[in-house]
Amino acid sequence: MKHQEALLTLTLRLGDNPLVLGHRLGEWCSKAPILEEDLALTNMALDMIGRAEVLLRYAALIEGKNHTEDDLAYKRGERKFYNHLIVEQPNGNFAFTIARQLYVSLYEFLYYSELMNSKDETLSAIAHKAIKEIKYHLKHASDWTIRLGDGTDERHHKMQEAINELWMFTGELFESDEVDEQMSELGIAPYPADLIGKWKTELIDILSEAKLSLPEESYMQTGSRNGIHTEYLGYILADMQYLQRAYPNAKW
Amino acid sequence: MENIDHQKVFDAKIEQDANIEAKDWMPEDYRKHLIRQISQQAHSEVIGMQPEGNWITRAPSLRAKKILLAKIQDEGGHGLYLYSAAETLGIGRDELIKQLHDGNAKYSNIFNYPSLTWADIGAIGWLVDGAAIVNQVSLQRTSYGPYSRAMVRICKEESFHQRQGYEIMANMMAGTADQQEMAQDAMNRWWWPALMMFGPHDTDSPHTGNAFKWKIKRQSNDHLRQKFIDKTVQQAEVIGLKIPDNQLKWNEEKKCYDHGEINWNEFYEVINGNGPCNRQRLNNHIKAHEEGEWVRKAASAYAIKQKSTVSQ
Repeated sequence: MKHQEALLTLTLRLGDNPLVLGHRLGEWCSKAPILEEDLALTNMALDMIGRAEVLLRYAALIEGKNHTEDDLAYKRGERKFYNHLIVEQPNGNFAFTIARQLYVSLYEFLYYSELMNSKDETLSAIAHKAIKEIKYHLKHASDWTIRLGDGTDERHHKMQEAINELWMFTGELFESDEVDEQMSELGIAPYPADLIGKWKTELIDILSEAKLSLPEESYMQTGSRNGIHTEYLGYILADMQYLQRAYPNAKW
Repeated sequence: MENIDHQKVFDAKIEQDANIEAKDWMPEDYRKHLIRQISQQAHSEVIGMQPEGNWITRAPSLRAKKILLAKIQDEGGHGLYLYSAAETLGIGRDELIKQLHDGNAKYSNIFNYPSLTWADIGAIGWLVDGAAIVNQVSLQRTSYGPYSRAMVRICKEESFHQRQGYEIMANMMAGTADQQEMAQDAMNRWWWPALMMFGPHDTDSPHTGNAFKWKIKRQSNDHLRQKFIDKTVQQAEVIGLKIPDNQLKWNEEKKCYDHGEINWNEFYEVINGNGPCNRQRLNNHIKAHEEGEWVRKAASAYAIKQKSTVSQ
């Protein structure tokens, strides 16, 4: 695979994740259990959209077709999106969103900690900024996991259920293909499969403090590295891309 | 006897334009009036997140989405300052929310109108926040200290919101025919409700008397409304938007615009629960509050547990 093509694929993957997760977190507006959490969740949405914006801008530059970050966000079809399946899953109840945040933020914390050392200066700079936000996201998610897990039966049960339900989407975070191989060999990005050990160890720490159990090993969902998604992504894009698609010549 | 002295001190402070602070003695009616007004404003900030939140997922560019998210967060933050200001008067947020859900506390009528197109996000920022600012600037000099200080902070952010709203409208008016139509349509739908935000005419405003005496309110509804109209008409003209009022005319003698009569029947119907979104807005708030109860309980139970672990 050509270097440029691999770098583009990597950057799109990195950009699509916060774009889609930012969309989901934004859906919490006016629906959170308390005003402070409404602000926290939409603030994280804002972090995510900001990160997506710089990454997709970089992707457009690598692609070299005079596209903008908005063209990539708003005019690509669902088979050309490369976000992990976990980020497109619906918000569910608060515990479900927290579980999704926990899995993703912990992964991102490990991934972006290494991406800071990327030999690609742009990715390294983006990672330096993102890591500060990710640390906060991870703290937010682990604090809530502990609060909900280490509580009465009802709360504990809801949190455990969310942890279990989303488990099948975590394997995909560590999938590594030719692109990852090439990028990690050049010192541009970490090799996702290498992060699984640390991720599990840290996850077990948080879960045990929350008196929750690590789900049993089971079959893992896959597909996003090839642009194959759950049915949810199509609706997310229909929503997100509506104005750009309905008024293709308009500038906003 | 003691009460009379307190009253004198209070009156003197008001007379001298000094702030009343949370620990100061104040007449019960002053306290009640403030709680009613501040909580209404806090609820307005929070309910106002709904029509704007309606467009977060559909914002037409990443930049627009970021601005909208940031703006809505500001509004929620204003709600928090205002709930805190109300709390200094001896009432908790839970009680204030209960009053909202019971229908005993109101929020601004404007948020009972739907946000139908992206241009509505422009119109809300420009017209609704624009009208709110005129009112809030005046409230920076309100007599209750915590309220006045909250208003100073809020005004800084609101003027930024108004510029953002205007920018959306200006971009659309400089855009395609579809966009121009969308912008004018939003203008047509939001103009009159924005004028209603200032409340009834001075002659029909039930709370005005004491509010003026106590310097909670510094300028009248009609005065503030006129100020809003005069600054907004020009802004509309600059970008080519028409004000949907055939009777709008510059009055050379008075040096201000004369305008057509507001539909007060609609105003009272919406206040009394018959606006297009009253039920939807309140039900959303109640639903989120009820669904979140287990989470709030979990947080407070955990906090208690932590405290007892620390004290052991």
